[in-house]
Amino acid sequence: MAYNLKTLTEKEERITGGHRMCAGCGAPIVVRTVLRALKPEDHAVIGVATGCLEVSTCLYPYTAWKDSFIHSAFENAAATVSGAEAAYRALAKVGKVKGTTKFIAFGGDGGTYDIGFQALSGAMERGHDMVYVCYDNEAYMNTGIQRSSSTPKYADTTTSPAGSEIPGKVQFKKDLTMIMAAHNIPYVAQTAPFRNLKDLYEKAEKALYTPGPAFLNVLAPCPRGWRYNTPQLMEIVRLAIETCVWPLYEVIEGKFILNYKPKNKLPVVEYLKPQGRFRHLFTKENEGLLDEIQKEVDRRWNRLLELCGEA
Amino acid sequence: MTKERKMNIREDASWKEMLQGGHIIDAGNAEDFKTGDWRSMRPVWLPDKCKQCLLCWPVCPDMAIPVENGKRKDFDFDHCKGCGICVEVCPFKAIDFVEEE
Amino acid sequence: MAIKDKLSGNEAIAVAMRQIDPDVVAAFPITPSTEVPQYFSQFVANGQVHTEFVAVESEHSAMSACIGAEAAGARTMTATSSQGLALMWEMLYIAASLRLPIVMSVINRALSGPINIHNDHSDSMGARDSGWIQLYCENNQEAYDNLIQAIRIAEHKDVQLPVMVCYDGFITSHAVENIELIEDEKVKEFIGEYKPQYSLLDRDNPISMGPLDMPAFYFEHKRAQAEAMKNAKRVILEVAQEFEKLTGRKYGYFEEYKMEDAEVGIVIMNSTAGTAKFVVNELRKQGIKAGLIKLRVFRPFPFEELGKALSHLKAVAIMDKAESFSTAGGPLFTEVRSAMFDYAKDTKAVSYIYGLGGRDVRPDEIMGVYKDLLEIARTGQVKSTFNYLGVRE
Repeated sequence: MAYNLKTLTEKEERITGGHRMCAGCGAPIVVRTVLRALKPEDHAVIGVATGCLEVSTCLYPYTAWKDSFIHSAFENAAATVSGAEAAYRALAKVGKVKGTTKFIAFGGDGGTYDIGFQALSGAMERGHDMVYVCYDNEAYMNTGIQRSSSTPKYADTTTSPAGSEIPGKVQFKKDLTMIMAAHNIPYVAQTAPFRNLKDLYEKAEKALYTPGPAFLNVLAPCPRGWRYNTPQLMEIVRLAIETCVWPLYEVIEGKFILNYKPKNKLPVVEYLKPQGRFRHLFTKENEGLLDEIQKEVDRRWNRLLELCGEA
Repeated sequence: MTKERKMNIREDASWKEMLQGGHIIDAGNAEDFKTGDWRSMRPVWLPDKCKQCLLCWPVCPDMAIPVENGKRKDFDFDHCKGCGICVEVCPFKAIDFVEEE
Repeated sequence: MAIKDKLSGNEAIAVAMRQIDPDVVAAFPITPSTEVPQYFSQFVANGQVHTEFVAVESEHSAMSACIGAEAAGARTMTATSSQGLALMWEMLYIAASLRLPIVMSVINRALSGPINIHNDHSDSMGARDSGWIQLYCENNQEAYDNLIQAIRIAEHKDVQLPVMVCYDGFITSHAVENIELIEDEKVKEFIGEYKPQYSLLDRDNPISMGPLDMPAFYFEHKRAQAEAMKNAKRVILEVAQEFEKLTGRKYGYFEEYKMEDAEVGIVIMNSTAGTAKFVVNELRKQGIKAGLIKLRVFRPFPFEELGKALSHLKAVAIMDKAESFSTAGGPLFTEVRSAMFDYAKDTKAVSYIYGLGGRDVRPDEIMGVYKDLLEIARTGQVKSTFNYLGVRE
């Protein structure tokens, strides 16, 4: 069915307002769009890793979740949800479940790229019928903007501060989407809340309704950590995509498909400039660093084009 | 208006009144918690300019743009935190952004 | 008719698990518990159980998957040892606080470091405050019996807490002994069908589990959890009574061996109790009034019952197969002596830490402990409260 916002408004919202995420946070936009891709008749079991999303959406005695929700710890959302999914299969064998239940784990980049990476890899390898969604805001935001392996090179965070000797984080961002693609699971996609959210919605739908494990890596800007004004969220995402910093692509049964190719690939500075976390790069002495970032973005983009047969 | 709830946990409740494990059985009761007073800026919907394209609806992090019969209505100011994402995405400048009184 | 067999402790546990036929088992191999998931996965492969076996990538994920499964209303079991239990630590507390009646066999093994694969109780003793019920077993028969009872205890509506069934690595886990098994149907009937009160899969009643708790509520939730542990004291005895009706085998909080007229005694757990009973018999032949208490239930701690049971002794040695580094005796000693403060004030208590890292404990060494106790009983003087048994000084 063609993507149509008006039709989609008829679906009941599966997460409510009254959660305590910061104003302008990207994560709830990601979450509600992913959940919107569920069929209305399907129940969902949602596991969330400790982090902003978890502490803000399920704060006793309130829950923003209309489906079943479980949080256990930080590094194990994938393992926890995999257990629930195993329970579903076991109970289905003895006729103890009714209807269809879908299994979704959400984690930030801390809970996904870093501390939860092992559990994620394990759950995906075991082939559970579940979707793992990383809302990637490129640092440990819940504890106050510390660097993660997802933090881009030279970003200023509270544990990779820009100083007179070291200009922010010294390593490039880990390419988790590629790592997950290397798991050779049925569906892997990189996406973001872009334009009318069609890309995110349709990938969530595929991830949910492709049998077996699926992984979505979703860019979810954090206005506090990235230091831009909250109204700019969709513009920041657009720039990430138009500069090819965050390409939209999917990997279906090992086949790479590019979902968006900018007509006019923008220089990476367009993306970096509006963000306070990169402000220190725009000085005379740091010019070379911008070139270095541009080179790496180009290298990764060209590699992706090759993989997608678009080179 | 606050909905009827299965649990009624106040801060003076004894442990005997709570479900085991801190379980919450009122799915979605967070909507009883109002976040509207977080706003320092306030979006103002201008129905005359609004073309009902609905681009503002899915980008709200607080589910604060109600839609009925395919048409958006005024903001849910109980929950809108005044982030202004909707203001920026509107192609028709149908949302003003003003300081909260 | 009961089935007579010869099984190792791990085999007995695997057989019990087959009979229980849990919905989910999530486990990761670690010596000496590895055989449990091995044997059990063969039952799965042969279609003898309906269980979903989740071969996770770590013990942390094993307990996490157990939590997810149990929260989804599945009867869930696992097994581990030592470092595996240590890696689960964080999740043990969460399983208990979420009130998930997971049942786990803990095949006791020393904790690193240095790395050591042999038996002591440092693993499960370290988890003593995690909110799990802990049952300890002298031999394969008790391991089997306790595992079956553990299902009933854990799932009881007034308890809803996870249970560890602890038995000694290699000594019990790998040694083959005679055992009396219960028929499959009778086990099934005894444990009954699992009907969870709350489940993530109950689509008509969606639930949120594991919220962030602020100071306004956290304490109340912990208080409720403590009440469940209190309830477990009652339920453990109720289940034991039913189990006795089924099998003729009697269980309580602890076993009293020749305690009625005893003047000196020791408190001990798991397999070494067997050696110690032999020593008690030898002493009795010499007319010495020696007795023994083998503790089965460490959590909840039967402080009143145990304290009273020691009140008529002149001297007692509390033997720990774990060091707590408190410089004030092992964990069992600390708790038993605390109970004695209220109920056995006139009994002298001494601590012996023994058998760490699988150090063999010989009957003559335990005989030495009784001799020390007799000396204390005779003189009324304790020369050394904190002692090590079998270490080269």
